[in-house]
Amino acid sequence: MSGANPLYRLQNVTRQYDGRVVLNVTHLEIFQGEILALVGPSGAGKSTLLRLLNFLEAASSGQITFAGRAVNGAPPPLPVRRTVTTVFQRSVLLNRTVFENVAYGLRLRGDRKVRAKVYEQLVQVRLEHMARAKAQSLSGGEIQRVALARALALRPRVLLLDEPTANLDPANVALIETIIAAVNRRHGVTVALVTHNTFQARRLAHRTALILEGRIVEVAPTETIFTAPADPRTGAFIRGEMVY
Amino acid sequence: MHDMFSGLLQAIDLILNLDPLLFEIILRSLYMSGIALFISTALGIPVGAWLGFKKFAGRKVVTIFLYTGMGLPPVVVGLFVYLIFSRSGPLGDLQWLFSLKAMIVAQVVISFPLVAGFSMAAVMGLDPNLARQLQSLGATPWQMGVTMLTEARTGVFASVVAGFGSIISEVGAVMMVGGNIEGRTRVLTTAIVLETRKGNFDLAIALSIVLLSLSFLTNTLILRLQEGNFVRR
Ligand SMILES: Nc1ncnc2c1ncn2[C@@H]1O[C@H](COP(=O)(O)OP(=O)(O)OP(=O)(O)O)[C@@H](O)[C@H]1O
Ligand SMILES: [Mg+2]
Repeated sequence: MSGANPLYRLQNVTRQYDGRVVLNVTHLEIFQGEILALVGPSGAGKSTLLRLLNFLEAASSGQITFAGRAVNGAPPPLPVRRTVTTVFQRSVLLNRTVFENVAYGLRLRGDRKVRAKVYEQLVQVRLEHMARAKAQSLSGGEIQRVALARALALRPRVLLLDEPTANLDPANVALIETIIAAVNRRHGVTVALVTHNTFQARRLAHRTALILEGRIVEVAPTETIFTAPADPRTGAFIRGEMVY
Repeated sequence: MHDMFSGLLQAIDLILNLDPLLFEIILRSLYMSGIALFISTALGIPVGAWLGFKKFAGRKVVTIFLYTGMGLPPVVVGLFVYLIFSRSGPLGDLQWLFSLKAMIVAQVVISFPLVAGFSMAAVMGLDPNLARQLQSLGATPWQMGVTMLTEARTGVFASVVAGFGSIISEVGAVMMVGGNIEGRTRVLTTAIVLETRKGNFDLAIALSIVLLSLSFLTNTLILRLQEGNFVRR
């Protein structure tokens, strides 16, 4: 995989808030079509990294290239920006019906024939019976599934997932994991998946990166991370021995 | 008590017979309030929304000014508009004093802070993660603004209702800058003041009934718009 041109390349990228460096990535590449898991303790900078990958914030310093194009300061042009989307840790649904929420991104793009596309996604997350429901009436798990459907309806090239199964019951966790694996396999969607669940990383990701205090300690094929990590801290984190 | 009752009967008579004097005053009031509300809404909603979205250095100061503006005493506004448009004032050459134009200016000054202030509060009450969410879904800044305003629709409509209320019920400023001239600048509120002073309670009551009905109708219409416009399928 490393022979191919990377979709993202980050070089000495930092992100600071109020003078405090919360992210400091010396080098990271993300390849077209892979699922990359980002694991690490709370506050490590995982969500911050996803915001940079979605061009929602600019890096404080360093170089980010996306699809061969430098992203310095200004986000890429709209058509490029629209190929990347995030399902956030806490998704915000609009005060509309479930259907309208899933249709929203398509309508932004001037799409007028949204019905079939919306239902395709609602069926996939098993919420087609709730299409007419008000988003405000949904449970936490339903909100997360609507948010995933809304993102997938856009047929993104890159899907950034920030703990997409955090509030879900086991059956729904399995459902979401199946969907992620499927869109990656069938449509070649590139996925960066933030998860606290190392088992989930092992089930889904081709490669896994461990982030500690804003730095990428190790990034390697998932099996390597789990069976023969190069950094002792990786082993400690995987075994659940890392105490903060 | 007797005065009030006979006044009420005559008032109903005036309204039902479409008294030309009454009718003219109603039309002028609607014209003036309509234009003033249109201007303060067209300016106030975007300005309020912008103040609500944007985090910039002087926002606190601007907010304080805006909130002060929401409670501006109309007579003070009247005084300043009077001075600005008086013959020796900076805009005296326009000769707007004692015309509907000066009255509309005064009403815009009174209602704009209400519309902008309530719109700003409505937008600031939205989920702080909403903007980022919309951006991630591919919204342009313009699309974000529209979506955020629709999300804050209840508060935004309340801002219009508040603006309208401040305009239609206002008497002090329009009296000062309009002069309550018969056939030119007399509106419902100033006419009520005048007719009450003259002891013409029937006309005063008729005007009051019309004023209340107008306010009721307009607010019903705004509420209808709020409900109808955004319920999709
Ligand atoms: N907008 C901001 N302003 C100031 N500090 C911030 C901001 N966003 C994040 N931080 C800080 O940056 C650090 C990294 O935050 P981030 O949300 O990326 O962590 P995380 O790895 O996603 O954690 P979690 O697993 O708890 O979600 C934290 O210490 C956080 O307080
Ligand atoms: Mg996070």
